[in-house]
Amino acid sequence: MTYRYPLRATINGTLRSIDVSSTQTLLDALRWDLGLTGSKECCAEGECGACTVLVGGQAVNACLVLAVEVDGLEITTIEGLETGGRLSRLQDAFLETGAIQCGFCIPGMVMAAQALLDENPHPRPDEVRDGLAGNLCRCGGYQRIIDAVLLAAGPEVTDEAAEQQATVQQATVQQATEGLSA
Amino acid sequence: MSDPQIGVSVRRVGGVERVTGRQLFVGDIRLNDLLHVKLVALDCARARIVSIDTTEAEKVAGVRAVVTAADLPHPMPRFGPVQPDRPVLAVGETKFHGEPVAAVAAETEEAADAAAALVQVAVEELRPVLTVDEALDPHSALVQDPDLREGPWAGTNTLQEWNFGWGDVDAATADCVVEQTYTFPMVTHFAIEPHVFLAAPEGDGITVWSAIQHPYLLQSGIAKLLGMPISKVRVVAPDPGGAFGGKQHAKFEPLLALLALRTGQPVRLALTLAQTFQAVRRTAYSIRMRSGFAADGSLRFQDVECNGLLGAYADIAVRVVSKSTYLMCGPYRVPASRVCARALLSHTPPATAFRGFGTPQVAWAVESQLDEAARRLGIDRLEIRMRNLAHRGDEVVVGDKPADGDWPQSLRTAADAIGWGTPLMAGRGRGICVAIKSSATTGASYSIVRLHMDGSATVMAGTSDMGQGARTVLAQIAAQELGLTVDSVHIVMGDTGMAPFDLQTSASRSTVFMGTAVAEACRDVKRQLAELAAGAFGCPSDKIEIENGTAEVDGTMVTFSELLVLAFAGVRGEVIGVGSRRGEAVPSHQLGGSPSFYEFNATAVEVEVDEETGELLVVKHVSVADVGKALNPAHVEAQDEGAAIMGLGHTLMEHLIFDERGRILNLGALDYRIPTTKDLPLELHSYLVENEDGPGPYGAKGAGEGGLFAIAPAVASAVTEATGVVLRELPITSERVWRAMQAGSSNPTTAKGRTP
Repeated sequence: MTYRYPLRATINGTLRSIDVSSTQTLLDALRWDLGLTGSKECCAEGECGACTVLVGGQAVNACLVLAVEVDGLEITTIEGLETGGRLSRLQDAFLETGAIQCGFCIPGMVMAAQALLDENPHPRPDEVRDGLAGNLCRCGGYQRIIDAVLLAAGPEVTDEAAEQQATVQQATVQQATEGLSA
Repeated sequence: MSDPQIGVSVRRVGGVERVTGRQLFVGDIRLNDLLHVKLVALDCARARIVSIDTTEAEKVAGVRAVVTAADLPHPMPRFGPVQPDRPVLAVGETKFHGEPVAAVAAETEEAADAAAALVQVAVEELRPVLTVDEALDPHSALVQDPDLREGPWAGTNTLQEWNFGWGDVDAATADCVVEQTYTFPMVTHFAIEPHVFLAAPEGDGITVWSAIQHPYLLQSGIAKLLGMPISKVRVVAPDPGGAFGGKQHAKFEPLLALLALRTGQPVRLALTLAQTFQAVRRTAYSIRMRSGFAADGSLRFQDVECNGLLGAYADIAVRVVSKSTYLMCGPYRVPASRVCARALLSHTPPATAFRGFGTPQVAWAVESQLDEAARRLGIDRLEIRMRNLAHRGDEVVVGDKPADGDWPQSLRTAADAIGWGTPLMAGRGRGICVAIKSSATTGASYSIVRLHMDGSATVMAGTSDMGQGARTVLAQIAAQELGLTVDSVHIVMGDTGMAPFDLQTSASRSTVFMGTAVAEACRDVKRQLAELAAGAFGCPSDKIEIENGTAEVDGTMVTFSELLVLAFAGVRGEVIGVGSRRGEAVPSHQLGGSPSFYEFNATAVEVEVDEETGELLVVKHVSVADVGKALNPAHVEAQDEGAAIMGLGHTLMEHLIFDERGRILNLGALDYRIPTTKDLPLELHSYLVENEDGPGPYGAKGAGEGGLFAIAPAVASAVTEATGVVLRELPITSERVWRAMQAGSSNPTTAKGRTP
């Protein structure tokens, strides 16, 4: 019997404790011990990206990470992107642009795109191409996938526009506070 | 209520599940008391099995079964969609690298792996047949045992040969004759979802889970193999995570079914990507083609010898060869044609269907010949195509279905979109090519539509939704016919225990065949509603208008739901409609029946070649698909774009490379490249031609394969324009382009390794 190690990690916002073997991959633990089958296995050698998840905010191939390595860390999988049963803007954009065909690569693709947007909220098309280069889609839906990421990012916010928005937000907060005290 | 549901790009049905990870693919299914199966294979393609010792393997804790050919019924059960030539496990001799000689079922994957490694196989390795030349050589070993075969070719490696044509090729005269050989290598499907199979005993029957395109053929195949009635075999077919032809027919389901019955427990086999490479691949072609042209570019004759290299078993690849070469003339009017086509056996992984079903291979030769002739005759490459292209009603294959679309319109659209004839930058070239594929010929699709009390509907359709969006388009058809929204239609598919028979999900047939069946079932529902309304209102049923989700009589209008409440007062119930579409078999026809439509595509590219490295940059890529009517334009375009990108794979980078022992050298994602985001053309455009001239609902034709047909010759043509080098071997790697440029010749040297 292989020795099993206790693993505690925050997975999609919830602290989970499981026992894993020393040779078990994170992907295997997610899929079979935690029932999170949204992350997919294809090549099992870090080439296809179907198992992409976020570990500490970084996109990783879960098939190349040992489960014991993520002890104490925060992990986000495709199952963790919805808030209150609502799709994230990025998820919705994939549906809007018709980026989904068979859908097998999509969880990994969305997670890779999420990592890209977290780091670079308004990427140029070529930056999206680079950011998703490690995720294979055999349906060949790349163009619409890139469109989805650009749609989710929205137009780039200029400094001036950001300042304006901040002022509006501040005013709204002020109004709300005043309303409360009245 | 009455908003049109057809011709609009509704969101993908099942899209939310896919974007949230909730979609259950076959590999995500968990069963209790599951045994894990591992295969034992040899390190070479062909070997005589001297003995197999399973003693040590059986001692591993948790192992429940170790089976070899000796443990299976005698004679060895065999299966296959065209002919039952494939054994469940190798018997006597292995026929390809990866063919299992034994299988282990154990309580854990670790135990199964450990036991599989302990199976001792004594073998005598034999020289494999790996190439077209070797298969044709009468001195080569026979791939299949002649005792198991019938017919004139039993003592050869030719599985089947077809000789056909029309006119008198020998008497035909021409001002220009071009003759060359074109090769198209083995490429693999590389669906991102590798193959996973499960089987479990269920009462006196069995359930098999497989992400298969043709669940009903698997069901009857398993029933036959096990000697069970079809009704006792249930196939659950979760939506495949990409299939592309590679998931059409049985592979290891028969083995799993036998293991489930033997152990009395559910069993699961998940192939690695490497094993998936060994399980399916495209049929490789070598085409010797001689075409004659008049001085004005008119085709006078074609004379073709086409050798399709299969694996050791027929699978459906034997039909790939016969069906694709049947349209060897392309979409052109050819006065005289002579074709000799062969399906050859070899000790390589099983060849099967792959998106395009042989058309990309055939078009590679046909289109390259037109370009060679155009260059020799000094005719524009667009013009030579326009001159020969069949117009609507013109015969292509003499005596068979004539051209069923405005093909010149598609070609013009491609030419305009690529800017044909406009000036080019240095180092760039353009190519423009066309092709047609024969669609489905025969076969049946049935559908049941249930209209519920609240007016919503459940559609049962045995199609597989493998990314083409069958659920979406069938829901749109039902919604349109019944005056509903797509949201209120539920599609049931992927379970032979629930949905009625559908022959297969292939040949872009589902919109035409199953779409018609669903539309007909909806009309059946409406006929019954008219009768119910007639009863409820006490008037003849021909006075009832059924339209847009309502029944109307003499100005009184009720919704379907109100009508059902009225008609089924107190009891409740539902209206069940049945529809079907059958393509009847024509035994005298070479394909068993005439094509129900042609899938036509025109592809144009602009390519830039790096003189230093031979690297290609696809600057612009245009695909034009004649789809009759796009029921969901965004999804049809996405399919077409996807086919175009997939086609860039076999054009630029993909080929399986073998060593002399028949082992794939580039086995896996590290060494076998498929297109990534970085390989996208700088511009990619899909144009749809919609003349509502197809046999499907609302004038639809099948779509979604066309983008692959003509991309390779179009890119090759562009490379020739840019550099002067002519390539007749795929893929067009930068190494091949560079070597050809260095040699300054039209005969580039072959890359390392063998690409049969």
